[in-house]
Amino acid sequence: MTGALSIVRPGMFTTVQDLGRWGFQSRGVPVSGAMDTYSHRLANRLVGNGDNAATLEATLIGPQIAFETDTTFAVTGASFALTLNAETVAMNRMTEAKAGSVLKFGERLCGARSYIAVSGGVDVPEVLGSRSTHVLTGMGGLEGRALRAGDRIRTVTGARGKGRGAIAPCPSPLTPLTIPPGGARVRVIPGESTLFSHLAQKRFRISPRSDRMGYRLEGADRGSVSVGELISGAVTTGIVQIPPAGEPILLMADHATTGGYAIGATVITADLPVAGQLAPGDWIEFDACSFKAADHALREQEAALGRV
Amino acid sequence: MGCLSWLGDSCLSISFGEKIDPLVNAQCVAIATSLEQRGRRGIRDVVATYNAVTVHFDPLQIDREDLSTELAVLAAMDAPGTGADVEPVLIPVEYGGHAGPDLAAVAEFGHCSERDVIHLHSMKVYRVYMLGFLPGFAYMGSVDARIAMPRLDTPRIRVASGSVGIAGAQTGVYPCETPGGWRIIGRTTSQLFDPRRADAFLLKAGDWVKFVAD
Repeated sequence: MTGALSIVRPGMFTTVQDLGRWGFQSRGVPVSGAMDTYSHRLANRLVGNGDNAATLEATLIGPQIAFETDTTFAVTGASFALTLNAETVAMNRMTEAKAGSVLKFGERLCGARSYIAVSGGVDVPEVLGSRSTHVLTGMGGLEGRALRAGDRIRTVTGARGKGRGAIAPCPSPLTPLTIPPGGARVRVIPGESTLFSHLAQKRFRISPRSDRMGYRLEGADRGSVSVGELISGAVTTGIVQIPPAGEPILLMADHATTGGYAIGATVITADLPVAGQLAPGDWIEFDACSFKAADHALREQEAALGRV
Repeated sequence: MGCLSWLGDSCLSISFGEKIDPLVNAQCVAIATSLEQRGRRGIRDVVATYNAVTVHFDPLQIDREDLSTELAVLAAMDAPGTGADVEPVLIPVEYGGHAGPDLAAVAEFGHCSERDVIHLHSMKVYRVYMLGFLPGFAYMGSVDARIAMPRLDTPRIRVASGSVGIAGAQTGVYPCETPGGWRIIGRTTSQLFDPRRADAFLLKAGDWVKFVAD
């Protein structure tokens, strides 16, 4: 028997995501996947899933979801007022929902993206080994698009959903991601010093013209950049591109695999989840960081997730 | 010798000069292939581009010093040939008309007839330097200088799937409908990318391609 849930209200932008479509960047396939992989993994761990089980990523305005079958779920990431039927539900813990229950997202308190994990994971067809939705190319997820009212999604039940790295559900909360309100300082490995100087000790705002592909960073006078035309090369999530004119762009999960702009800095892996929680209007600052500090931060994060 | 540069804590690139050259690109493809074949745990993606190889890795599983040494050793090996002697992948093209709305503009740019443009575009065998932009999108070159028209100032909102375009010395095929700024001279029925196919991608970096007028 498989479970199912249906989307009563889709929220602003809710998609199916896992840890991404790795292995095909040489063929031009964007990785995509959860913008805040920490909270995605935490949600999965809370309900006993492997880290790569698919969750729903809700953005800024959360959805309403009806559980058609008895379902164990957890919500992590951006903090919302949550109710199951009429009762308040806590973030960051495992909750049992009876068939027919409705999970409602209310007011958003902080952060941009929530992750809804169901026991076994959300079941959509894998495309190139991943269930992640990449809307621009219409790949993965449910028909390659954001969820709509009336969509019905099956959930994986039984042993199939466990997968590698599955653990017993955690009734006690693991450490949730700390989401600073209003903006964040993120640590970066700096690019060339002349390029990094355009980003260092400046406060930028996340432009409304930002999405899962990248954040445009506005509001700071960064001066003009005199770099010749570069030959396109591979890029990675967390890179802050500096176009010759216009706003710097922080590349996020859905970014194209290659780019030709100068690179001012790259956000460290451990701070990508916090970057994924920024919303338009939030500020961002970049602090230079060493490999040693970056690795230390990543190990601490793994320890907080209980991966020893 | 290549130039190593870190893109953050989980990505390393080695690049070879700032020019587009089939031999340089062949070396990049060879390095990427060697790395992929070793299948080391913690390597997530290896991407060969025009003049560089970029390795995406898990910093908890890969030692940076080991990886940079490995890349430097591979870069020091003799560069292979370009493989230009292998059979090219043939891509049929319907040039002009609705399929190629910019054919006339390219002819004007080249001070030649539309037939000349078709001839100049379809007589060469192009190298696939890299894939990027979209799944299955191959950057190929080099286009004959006479028809190497720069891209549109303002990209089109919609370019049809299979459209064959020119952007300066580059030529390529749009694998799906998308906004785009290349000069569209024709369209192919070849599927550059189909995730349902056993091999989802028609092309990879290092391949050679010849367009055939339908």
